[in-house]
Order: sequence, then structure tokens, then C-alpha cells
Amino acid sequence: MNTQLRPALTVFALLTIITGVIYPLVVTGIAQVAFPSQANGSLIIAEDGKAYGSELIGQQFDDPKYFWGRISATGTFAYNAFNAENLTASSGSNYGPLNPALLEMVQARVDALKAADPDNTAPIPVDLVTASGSGLDPHISVAAALYQVPRVATARGLDEAQITALVNQYTEGRQFFILGEPHVNVLKLNLALDGVQ
Amino acid sequence: MNIFSLIQYVLFLGIIVALVKPVGVYLERVFAGERTFIDPVMRPLERLIYRLAGVNPQQEMDWKQYAVTFLLFGFGGTLFLYLILRIQPILHTFDPAFQPAPLAPDLAINTAISFATTTTWQAYGGETTMSYFSQIVGLAAQNFLAGAAGLVVGIAFIRGLARERTTFLGNFWVDVTRAVLWVLLPISIIGSLILVWQGVPLNFNSYPTVSLLQATVDTNGNQITTQVLPMGPVAALEFIKNLGTNGGGFFNVNGVHPFANPTPLTNLISMLAIAILPAALTHTFGRMVGRPRQGWVLFWVMFVLFLAGIFMSDWAEQRGNPRIAALGVDTTVSSIQAGGNMEGKETRFGIGGSVLAAVTTSNGATGSYNSMYDSYIPIGGAVVLVNMMLGEIIFGGLGTGLYSIILVSLVGLFVGGLMVGRTPEYLGKKISVNEMKLILLYALVAPMIILPLTALAVITAPGLTALTTNSGAHGFSEILVAYTTSMANNGLNFAGVSVNNPFYNITTAVTMWAGRFGLVVLALALAGQFVQQVHKPVTPGTMPTDTPLFAMLVIATAIIVSALSYFPALALGPLVEHMLL
Repeated sequence: MNTQLRPALTVFALLTIITGVIYPLVVTGIAQVAFPSQANGSLIIAEDGKAYGSELIGQQFDDPKYFWGRISATGTFAYNAFNAENLTASSGSNYGPLNPALLEMVQARVDALKAADPDNTAPIPVDLVTASGSGLDPHISVAAALYQVPRVATARGLDEAQITALVNQYTEGRQFFILGEPHVNVLKLNLALDGVQ
Repeated sequence: MNIFSLIQYVLFLGIIVALVKPVGVYLERVFAGERTFIDPVMRPLERLIYRLAGVNPQQEMDWKQYAVTFLLFGFGGTLFLYLILRIQPILHTFDPAFQPAPLAPDLAINTAISFATTTTWQAYGGETTMSYFSQIVGLAAQNFLAGAAGLVVGIAFIRGLARERTTFLGNFWVDVTRAVLWVLLPISIIGSLILVWQGVPLNFNSYPTVSLLQATVDTNGNQITTQVLPMGPVAALEFIKNLGTNGGGFFNVNGVHPFANPTPLTNLISMLAIAILPAALTHTFGRMVGRPRQGWVLFWVMFVLFLAGIFMSDWAEQRGNPRIAALGVDTTVSSIQAGGNMEGKETRFGIGGSVLAAVTTSNGATGSYNSMYDSYIPIGGAVVLVNMMLGEIIFGGLGTGLYSIILVSLVGLFVGGLMVGRTPEYLGKKISVNEMKLILLYALVAPMIILPLTALAVITAPGLTALTTNSGAHGFSEILVAYTTSMANNGLNFAGVSVNNPFYNITTAVTMWAGRFGLVVLALALAGQFVQQVHKPVTPGTMPTDTPLFAMLVIATAIIVSALSYFPALALGPLVEHMLL
């Protein structure tokens, strides 16, 4: 075994340097040059230079004039991507299908949606009443967006057709027409509603 | 089933089938030291490493030396990672916005063992616990090294069957250097850049603070107007985590996090990264033993079992949770929503993308995930659990999957041989008493560790402290998953379980160690037995091992052996839950 000690230490050290130091630095360098926006978090920077968040990270909305996103089970507050005090971050609810807490959470959301828009009798799309796995899901399904159009239109005093057109504008279809699901980016939609460029 | 889900599954499997041969041939050439197109870059580096390490590439090892070097490599990785995690705050250079504390000893040793065994079970959340330095020099490097170590044990095992009348299985240092330089590194460079293109961050920035569009309140009633975004060299870790069949991700929720897995394309690429090398290894195996059909048989067995998991899981998840539907919620699939059970899933993946990942990761000994398995419908969660209980033979871990499925085949051959009264043999190698002892030990180790530890956890107070989210049958499933995943060196979990305490950190660490080093040593010992034997010629009495009948024998053996071991445990967990839903 002694004869293997030197190769063990050397090979281990060299491969660690190659894969743990050189490789990350090299790909970071290439990425920062080739894909600067994505490599730095796809931040949404408005014309006035203010950062409104990331295209990929959702935010909490419960004002009737905004489109609401999915339920978020992150700690302290919803869509809390990183909390320095108690060191919590991305999280799902992890409720099993039989967990009573799951049904309470869903029922609470159903009640909140119905309270905000009492005349809407359509069935509520499931992604709107369930917690996302990360707690940071920036999207909702097209059905979930369309469900909320009447409420948003009323709250802003706008025509429903206008709002629907905006939803369609911010709907991303399946990737390459076959991968994934069509979805709407809630933050970008709400920024557009507020007229932020 | 949603037609688009079906298209995704077919596309995924179609790409795998198309790549098996070219990638399999490449792997064969790499480990035989033959010429490849990246030699001009890698050969000088390889020679430098051998010179500095004092390695003679011509000098090969027998199974014992191979096992010893494998263990040395693994222990070295464990120790190095443990040290890095314990002295985190001292290594300042790449720190993000927060000052990471040193990891507690039990969490540090658990994480160190976890990554050195490719389990990458994470009893911590990355963006709140790890410095950038730890993530790349510690965790990402281990992803490469441990993944490579698994791959080369698979190659050594194949050599045991392919060679005869010798004791040599190869040179571990040569094999592992080649695995990193020719296989894992080049593919990772391309893969991680594709990830960045799609939105995965790759930087050394501190965490930025952005303003929220709408202010919100926290649980204490305080107004919140800003959001802190985690950053880091995410893509450098995320691709190799899958390629090396490790699974340990940058963030707490792994591949569910939009920064780790932003689009359906990154999801597809990540899942392909998990499955393609293990799938191709069946072809490498077939070529190295001179009988490609032997490799294809194993591949199609994996394919069939994979599909079975997909169909069952998709059916369960697409059906959705009837209790939620009863509240006036629409869970039907349509052109404008995925429907089904969306709890713990992400909108961009829907049901199809999530199920694809669930089946690929549970089969691929890879602990990454893109949806929360704890919230799956009972049958959906059972598929994830059963895939691991089958022994990670459906593609499986890098290197380990191949010898795992061959070991299951050997059990099947033994049973078949008993039925017709002949000494079983595989590829001309006799399976006699010595070989059978090793094979049976291999089959027994997993249930002998998983079941007693699960039982211990559910009857003791420290064990039960894990059940902070769910209880009852689902809580039992959570604990069963914790030990099964450790033994299978998978690392996925039902995340509602709270396991960052000494009881679980220590028991799962022991399990991970047994699942990795115990089984590797058994596989190498078996290869050591085989490699000394002469290849017996094929006679009319030989059972053919490249026919559909043999494939069915392997499938039946895998299912029956696992069912016998685990059915009672499954009955107490997912099956009870299914009845109650």
C-alpha cells in the first residue's frame, strides 16, 4: 500500500486542481463573455437602471390588480430566495398527498382567489393552488393566467380583451414546440401591466 | 397521458438509443488507450500526471490492488472534503454575500462520505451553507473524481469477464485519469456552457438585492420590499453532478430551482447526461467481450424496465390528487395547463418533464430531481422507491450500474441452471461455489442494512424526530427512502424529512459507505475470480445469454428478488397510502 500512497496523493491533487479549479475558472470565463446576462442571473434591469428581480425567480403577489403566482413554501416570507438571518432559501412544502396541511393550504388559496373575484365560477387551475417545488417558480400555466384576467381587468379598470392580449404576449410556448409546458412569466407580465420597460 | 409528455419520453429514449453505439465505442477506445480525436490536448497532460505521480501505465493491478487503490482514492476524497467543510470561513477568496460557518462535524462527515461515494445525499441547503470554494474545489471536484472512480470499477469488472488466464484488471490510476480527462471533462465543458446559455448562473458575484414589484409581509408582520438572489458558479457543478451520476446540486431544492434547471431543454440535457454513459457502457461491455449482442440484451432489459416506471409514474401523477380535485380545482390536462398533481412541481416542466426526471434519477443512482418526490401520489413515489430497490440496474450509476445488472443476471443464471441441472456459466466463465458466494452476498447486503436501520429509526425517538412534515404511512416511506437511497448511492430524498441530526447523519453515512465500498469490493473480487478462468467454448448445452428469454429471466429475477426483500416494507408505506387516497 505504501507504493500506492504517492500516486494516490498526486493523482488526487492534480485531478482536483484540474476539475475543481481550472475547469470552473475556464468555463466561468467563457460564460461571462459569451452569455453575460444568463451567467449573472438573468436580472431584469429597467431603463432607469433599477433591478426588478430575475427572469427566473418568482415574487409574491397578492394585490388584486396584479396576477398572482403559485404558492411558495419558502421560510419567513413567500419567494424568499435567500434569508440571511435564519439561513433559509428555496424550499417546497413537501406535503404528502394525504397530509391535512396540504388540503388546508389549497383550501386557503381557493378561498382567497374566490374572495378576490366572487363572480368567477370557473374551476381553478391546479397549479394556482399548489406550492411549487422550489418556492421560487416564476411561471404559472396559461389556464391560471386566463382565470385571473377578469379580476385584474376589474381592478385596473381595463378591458378584459386588452389584458388577455397582454397575457398572450407574455406566454412562452413549449420549447422547440415540444418540450415542457406553455407558461406565463408572472413578474414580467406584472411589470408590463405597470408600464415598466 | 398528455401527448406532449409521450413525445418527450420518446425523444429522450430515442436519443439514448441513437447514442449508445457511438459513445460505447468511444469509451472502449479510451480505456484501451487507443487513439481519439482529443489526444493532442489530453495526452501531454496525462503523461505529466503519470510522471509527477510516479505511475507506470504499463503496470497493471490484480483485483486486490485495484480495490485498495479505489478505497484509498475514496478515503482521500472523504478526508479532503471533510477538511474543506470544517474550515470553510478561513478560505475567504470566493465567499458570497454571507459568511458561511464551518459545518458541524456530523454534517461534515456525512457530506464528505456522501460526495465521495457519489451518493451526494445533501442534509443541507447549498445556497445557505456552502461557500463558493467548497462548492467547486470540494463538491464539484468530488463529483468528477468519485464518478470517474465508479466508471473505472465498471471497466475493471468488464475486463474480468473479457480476459482469461490472468490476474490483471488494469491500472486504477491510468483508468481514473483517462475517465476524467477523456470522458467527464470534455463533455462537462460543453454541457455546462449549454446550461449557461439557457440561464444557469456561472459567476463569483456576491448575492444581489433586488426590489420587489409588490411589497409583501413576512410571518412576523414586517414589510418586505426586497429580495436577495443567490449566485455562484452554478453551472460548473450542475452538469457534472448529473454526468457523474452523483446528483448533489448547488441549491437546497437541487434541479427544481429555476437557477439550476431553467428550461425544459436544460432538463432534457441533464437527464441525458445521467443516462447516456451508463447506457453506452452496455455496448462497451459487449464489444470488450467480443459479443456486442450481449451488451444489447442488457440495454433492452434496462429500456423495458425504464419504460414501465415511466408509464406507472405518469399515470399516477397525471391523474392527480382526488382530494384536491374535490375542492373545485381543475386537475385535467388541456392545451393550457398540465393538470395532474402539481404540488411540488414546477410549471415549466409540468407532469411529463417531472416524471421523466423522477424515473431517470431514481434509476440512475443520481440524487438530483426537478420535482419534490415527497408530494408525489403514492404510486408515483413508489416507482421512485422501487427503482432504487431494484439495485440501480436500469442504466444505474456510472460504472456501478453495469456490474449491478450483470450480478442480477448471474443470480438469474444460477436459478436457471438449477432448473435444468447444469453448472451455470456466463460468457464462458463458470459460476461455481466461490462465485456464487460473492453474488449472494451482493444480493443480501442491501436489504440487510436498509430494513434494520429503517426499523430502528421508526421505533426510536431520535429516528422519529425526522418526521417534521408528514406522518403515518407517508412518514414511514420518507424514512425508508432515506436508507434505500443511501444504500443505492442515489441521494434523492423525500425532502420533508429532517435528517440533519447525528442519528441520521451517522446511520446514513454508514449505509452510504456500505453501499459503495462494500459492493465495489465484492464486484472486484468477483471480477478477480472470473479473470483467472479460461473461456469455456460454447456447447449445445450452454444457456444462451443474448436471447429474449434470457432478458425475461433477468427482469423476472430483478423483480422477484427485490419483491421478496422489500414487499413488506412497501406494504407499510406506499401501498397503505395508496389505499387511503
